[in-house]
Amino acid sequence: MSRAADDAGHGSETAGQTTIGGMTTDTPALHLAGLTKHFGAVKAVDGIDLTVGRGEVVAFLGPNGAGKTSTIDMVLGLSTPTAGTVEVLGLRPYDAVGHGLVAAVMQSGGLLKDLTVAETVQLTASLFRSPRGTAEVLGRANLTDIADRRVGLCSGGEQQRLRFALALLPDPELLVLDEPTTGMDVESRRSFWAAIRQDTGRGRTVVFATHYLDEADAYADRIVLVRHGRIVAEGTPAQLKAMSSGRTVRATLPGADQSRLAGLPGVTSVEVRGDTVILQTRDSDAVLRRLLTETGAHDVEVTSRNLEDAFVALTSDTPDDAAALAAPTASTTGSLR
Amino acid sequence: MSTATTTRPQHPVTPAGSRGGPVLLSPTYVAIDLRRQLRNRRTLIFLVVMPVAFFLAFGGGYRTSDPGAYAYVMASMTVYGAMIATTSVGASTSMERSSGWTRQLRLTPLRPVGYVLGKVVVAVLLGVVPIALVMLTGAVGGAELSTGEWIGVAIASWACSLVFAAFGLFMGYLIPAENVMQFIGPLLAMLSFFGGLFAPLDTLPKAMQDIAPAMPTYAVGMIARSPITHSGFSATHLALLVGWTLAFGIGTAFLFRRDATRG
Repeated sequence: MSRAADDAGHGSETAGQTTIGGMTTDTPALHLAGLTKHFGAVKAVDGIDLTVGRGEVVAFLGPNGAGKTSTIDMVLGLSTPTAGTVEVLGLRPYDAVGHGLVAAVMQSGGLLKDLTVAETVQLTASLFRSPRGTAEVLGRANLTDIADRRVGLCSGGEQQRLRFALALLPDPELLVLDEPTTGMDVESRRSFWAAIRQDTGRGRTVVFATHYLDEADAYADRIVLVRHGRIVAEGTPAQLKAMSSGRTVRATLPGADQSRLAGLPGVTSVEVRGDTVILQTRDSDAVLRRLLTETGAHDVEVTSRNLEDAFVALTSDTPDDAAALAAPTASTTGSLR
Repeated sequence: MSTATTTRPQHPVTPAGSRGGPVLLSPTYVAIDLRRQLRNRRTLIFLVVMPVAFFLAFGGGYRTSDPGAYAYVMASMTVYGAMIATTSVGASTSMERSSGWTRQLRLTPLRPVGYVLGKVVVAVLLGVVPIALVMLTGAVGGAELSTGEWIGVAIASWACSLVFAAFGLFMGYLIPAENVMQFIGPLLAMLSFFGGLFAPLDTLPKAMQDIAPAMPTYAVGMIARSPITHSGFSATHLALLVGWTLAFGIGTAFLFRRDATRG
């Protein structure tokens, strides 16, 4: 907190100087308006509107090919939108990168195998006007012990922490992570996120793309679900979970009559596996009452759906699933588009 | 939408002055890149072993019998060595683009053109290594040149290597990484023959002799040897050299722009 106070003082001292793009503390970290990217006939990004406030940690969650990486490339100025605009702290991406306000950890590549870890950091640091110290970022990315190792000899997780160290050099306002833990083992993932989490505690804005639900759930303040280049839902992890308000009822019922089960209250799907029936329903109480009184069902289990179910339903290719799941809850929870 | 913005401390807004703008050339980058090239065993074989070995092979026989020819071969081999060095650095851009390194650099304030500029500097600095080694070998072998001739050959072959830095960059931006060296190796050998670097031009087939004077290696060879031969430093050769350098430079700029605006 004292740091925030210092910074406020620092800001007023330097008020006479040119500030970047007239940026104020109200300027969002990221603002996307009607963002669109077409590759020929393929609509990789198909009209995304999103505002990320400063200090927020936002997950871009979606299956492969949903348009996450294409969106990130435009945020970083690596590609030009077909239509729409990107503003990073009120600036064009190119200028934001030039001022070291945005940095990124990309999915793969981008490192020279025959440099050492420390050399890579020193080299990259020399490209910024006032970078953080090499030793400091190596420490923060937990790389101090392998500073002299050749990059080509580092594991995938170590290389990813190196990319993270490079991203920390300009001390960016906005840190973008593009599927940062893809291909890492559990231990590396945990260690990577531990480093990120320590860092976001300082108030940095983070936007990360992932297709791991648990990552989005564990680390994001807000989840943006993307599918086919569009945002299909957004909200806090809790709000998204609440969207999938249905329950799953599982019971043992030999010789089940499928069509009769489908007629039970609120049932959206019936699955019969041998003697087991699995029902998806919006009214589990009524289903249970009828199952236990009118049929020979036993060993009954009721489970609520989790974020994974919401994810699958909202990003699934069959629009009916998404509609069935989303329709009853859209008015009460996180915004649906 | 989210309450997180209010519960987290705000990251400081930093004035532009302390963040700085675009960077054009980083001496640290040049130094580390140079060190990296010198650490590469394959590069060292091309840069150190081959020019010296060729000099000994082609010129060794003249050492006592024909001092003029000995110095001539030495000058040719400084050109050859500098050519290999500068071209290979330029061509390394191909691998660095395909590995995503240049993309990573686009996330820094280094201007894309600054990357190319840095490569030119590294190439030309690395070109000093074979020039020095070949000339040292010549001196140890007893080449008899005046001080002015030593300096003249060194400076001429070094300055002329700029055209090959441009050539390497052009190739690096033109050819995919997986086969850039397979392609450039034979091309450089052919260019060396055209330049009379491996054998006097008049020993080559007539058709090659006819094409040779248009080749960049020919002009470079003539100019680099001119301190010894006291001929060849002509406006025609200079114009040819500048022309090729510009052609490769403009070609690189074109490919570079195409590369930078892709996607």
